Amino acid sequence: MNAFDYQQVADSEQAIEQAVRSRRAKYLGGGTNLVDLMRETVERPQALIDVTRLSRDIDETAEGGLIIGAAVTNSALAGDARVRSRYPVLARAILSGASAQIRNMATVGGNLLQRTRCAYFYDVAARCNKREPGAGCDALEGFHRYHAILGTSPSCIATHPSDMAVALAALDARIHLRGPEGERQLAITELHREPGERPDLETELQPEELIVAVELPPLPMAARSNYRKVRDRASYAFALVSVASMVELDGETIQDVRLALGGVGTKPWRALRVEAALRGQPATEATIAAAVDAELTEARPLPGNAFKVELARRTLIAELSRRIADARNGGEA
Amino acid sequence: MSALDKERSGDNQPAGVALAGDYWRPEGGPDPLSEKGRIGIGAPLSRVDGAEKVTGSARFAGEFTFEGMVYAALVYSAIANGRILNIDRREAEAMGGVVLVMTHENAPRLNTPPVFLRSPNGAAGDDHPIMQTDRVHWNGQPVALVLAETQEQADAAAESIRVDYAAEPAMTDFELAKTHARRPDNVLGGPAEITVGDADAAFEAAAHQIDATYTTPRHNHNAIEPHALTLVWTTGDGDESGREGETLRIHDASQCVDLAVASLAEVFGIETSQIHITSPFVGGGFGGKALWQHQILAAAAAKLADRPVRLALSREGVYRVVGGRACTEQRVALGADEQGRLQALIHSGIAAMTQHNNLPEPFFQATKCLYAADHIRLSIDVADMQMLANTFMRAPGESVGSFALESALDELADQLGMDPLELRRRNEPERDPTSGLAFSSRHLLEAARSGAERFGWSERSATPASRHEGEWQIGLGCATATYPYIRMPGAAARITLTPDGATVGIAAHEMGMGTATVQTQVAAARLGLPVEKIAFHYGDSHLAGSVLAGGSQQTAAIGGAVIAAQRALVAELLALVGQDSPLSGLSPDEIECRNEGLGAIGNGSRFETYAQILARAGQSELSVQADAAGSEELANWSMHSFGTIFCEAGVNSVTGEVRIRRLLGSFDCGRILNTKTATSQFRGGMIMGLGLALMEETLFDPRSGRVMNPSLADYHVPVQMDVPEIEVMWTDIPDPHTPMGAHGIGEIGITGVGAAVANAVYNASGKRIRDLPITLDKLL
Repeated sequence: MNAFDYQQVADSEQAIEQAVRSRRAKYLGGGTNLVDLMRETVERPQALIDVTRLSRDIDETAEGGLIIGAAVTNSALAGDARVRSRYPVLARAILSGASAQIRNMATVGGNLLQRTRCAYFYDVAARCNKREPGAGCDALEGFHRYHAILGTSPSCIATHPSDMAVALAALDARIHLRGPEGERQLAITELHREPGERPDLETELQPEELIVAVELPPLPMAARSNYRKVRDRASYAFALVSVASMVELDGETIQDVRLALGGVGTKPWRALRVEAALRGQPATEATIAAAVDAELTEARPLPGNAFKVELARRTLIAELSRRIADARNGGEA
Repeated sequence: MSALDKERSGDNQPAGVALAGDYWRPEGGPDPLSEKGRIGIGAPLSRVDGAEKVTGSARFAGEFTFEGMVYAALVYSAIANGRILNIDRREAEAMGGVVLVMTHENAPRLNTPPVFLRSPNGAAGDDHPIMQTDRVHWNGQPVALVLAETQEQADAAAESIRVDYAAEPAMTDFELAKTHARRPDNVLGGPAEITVGDADAAFEAAAHQIDATYTTPRHNHNAIEPHALTLVWTTGDGDESGREGETLRIHDASQCVDLAVASLAEVFGIETSQIHITSPFVGGGFGGKALWQHQILAAAAAKLADRPVRLALSREGVYRVVGGRACTEQRVALGADEQGRLQALIHSGIAAMTQHNNLPEPFFQATKCLYAADHIRLSIDVADMQMLANTFMRAPGESVGSFALESALDELADQLGMDPLELRRRNEPERDPTSGLAFSSRHLLEAARSGAERFGWSERSATPASRHEGEWQIGLGCATATYPYIRMPGAAARITLTPDGATVGIAAHEMGMGTATVQTQVAAARLGLPVEKIAFHYGDSHLAGSVLAGGSQQTAAIGGAVIAAQRALVAELLALVGQDSPLSGLSPDEIECRNEGLGAIGNGSRFETYAQILARAGQSELSVQADAAGSEELANWSMHSFGTIFCEAGVNSVTGEVRIRRLLGSFDCGRILNTKTATSQFRGGMIMGLGLALMEETLFDPRSGRVMNPSLADYHVPVQMDVPEIEVMWTDIPDPHTPMGAHGIGEIGITGVGAAVANAVYNASGKRIRDLPITLDKLL
């Protein structure tokens, strides 16, 4: 790890001011990913601007949703009674990730901006287009069991590792940003980029721009939402496939559905093709299977992760079937 | 006094402990301490060092300091084979706090270390020169070392060093390497091929045949304490020992302090008396804490810089410089008759190795002794690779070999439509099937029977994939566990008796398994003293003897040394007593140790306390040292521990996820000396077995020879949620030919678990997985 300057700021205004003044500065949340990357010399910032004093509040919005401060810890968010009852998919996603100690440190803003766990990205002796554009990608013909099958490019197949972001994608969360030019909002699905030819550009954030809050819109069907994470080890492992899901029925017709996938996409993957194929359709095994296939025909598997196509198909079908059964019963997930 | 102690101090309590006879000889009697009912033996004494460890006052090797100490950081090569063209160290040398940058260009001249199992002094993992040339031999080899005033400065400087290489082709792909496999000249000092009869012909003729290939991946060591040491060179009369010349004082995390001293003496061209290693606390060894380059480089840098040094490997560092378990590809072919009796047993295959070490992963070890096949052929070939030398890792051989053998037994039982335990019962041998020796103590069937009863084995459905709970398919599996009993030469013990008690000193090791506690118990029982009056000293190369904490042999080795020292002590005490002592005229074999003194066997009135004997002789203490008897028992009998592992596994029919629901180990390991520490050790081994079965795998990139998951985030070991309730039980039948009637139990726990899990997964899902680890993609 290189030597660096460190400053804790009181609010987002100070943070941005400080970032504009510093060279090669990084915002520091809980440090559970950035500090690791600094130890590996993947990240070598000259200065760290500690933004953990930004808002740690979770408030009701006028529309009936929630607005979550960027410095809220993952543990606090997962433990919030409103989140647990109105957006259980979010609480479950967070609790399925990392360890209790890491969740106690990690912040909402930092979680969204964590970087891939691709081994070749982490090892500076390997070739990686994300670390060094144009260098090549050692994962393509290397170990890529944890890598993406959706949204990949010849330059990069790395997954976004967050569980929380997958739940947020399903919930249509909005990301509140603040930068030198002022404030703006992005849909969660617009925040992360697919790699294309520039896997080093991971988000739509502008230089010095800062996530200040995450807004959850009101979404009644989210009360019956779920997050299922599939992995070899029962805890403390990244997803091979994960599914965030919720379904609203009107009789036997699927009135609305939200689905997002983790572990398979180069970004938190909102399964819009499945959703489109299901909306307004009868809730039958045949429609579910056809809808799931509509998404997975887009998959570009490699030898080491080809099993994910079948695994994602099975997990999606199982989860959709269960959400539909829950909706029929009108009960809680 | 615990309930167990009370239970054991009833009327049958023997009055004292006579001296052990020649337990190693057929005509010799068993160690008296092995008798049931001995007070203290088997008692669940809590760890004597427990409070120190949980309060943090136990100091580990990387926590000592010396005045003026500097911190080390290593730079690891990024190629597997080739030459170093240039090392740019200018930036590093200009950085704040940097004291030294050492490379092959300025490292002091060092002799190549002697290799473990190849040289009598060998503790080293391989025989490569250490930072002496521009050659690179594996991806991850240390190519530079930085010393700085703080660890952070050393790390930052090491990261700034740029190395240019001329890479050369390297054999880093096991698939290619195994096409050039060779027969090694030995496996653990024995032959690499063992044949009984004509197994190939018998196999061809057999009515029932199983012929399958099983593969196991590389594993890396992940002790909770990464390797670390703190050391200082001192000269002249300033050193603590008062010896002339240079002295090297090392606090190391070691499972072989004496061998390490011997090897380091060769490397630095000095006398063993000039090196002193202590290692009172070790956070797990498992075979990985012998001598690797980091200790030698730290000592060399300390000499060059003339400063004390602390070197603590990062977790990644452990993966780069400390070897692990080699990958294997094993064939097991079983030929059986209609009754399931084995006519042919073939266990052969290939393991990765290097040309610079001497450990062909001995996967046929368990197969040597387990089953009564008429014809047997066992062989191991090695595939030379350019990689960090592989090494010992908990039950080398048995852990991965029993996966193959015990999976194949399960496949045969399935083909025969026979209960897997019944198949094993029908092949229980009368004598060791490959050596022909009688077993010293073998109660495997009793362990299997009692384990099966406790586990509810009879509930197992013979039809795979027939039990469901929601998405989960549930199955039961079992496998035999085994590990040899050994007792290596070289052990000695010193007993120092004072009016207040006894100190037992022996150069052995406590790596968390409970040695200090158990040996305190044993010494107390043997000398007739309460445990509070025993001080057991260990982990110091200045202490008596040379004991390796490996091969599950330490308990027996220490036991044998203390038996010898007790005899010497009693002889000396009897020489001290005068004419007017009630003990006068008695010989050692008429004596027993009881009630803090010596007494005549069968005569309660002829007794004197140790304090009385010493006082009468006008001595404040008496100190004796003796060497353990030679390990003749190993030539007289086939000596092994046994057990049966039972597993209940759930396989998710949607995702293929495997979750272990229950695990039970029923063991036959002689007398159990401390039920508490033994339970913990068995469980630990079984948990490591779950890791081997389900998740442990070093990702060794065949293109570069580089380990790509050198961290506990990416190299998976079981976490709390992967570990179910684990039951352990044991026969507690003493082996009449070992000290205390005991066998070491450090490694047997991991054996058999891989197959028990695989067999349970088969019973649950109908899918036979022959490639470890059993990850969900293999079950989709």
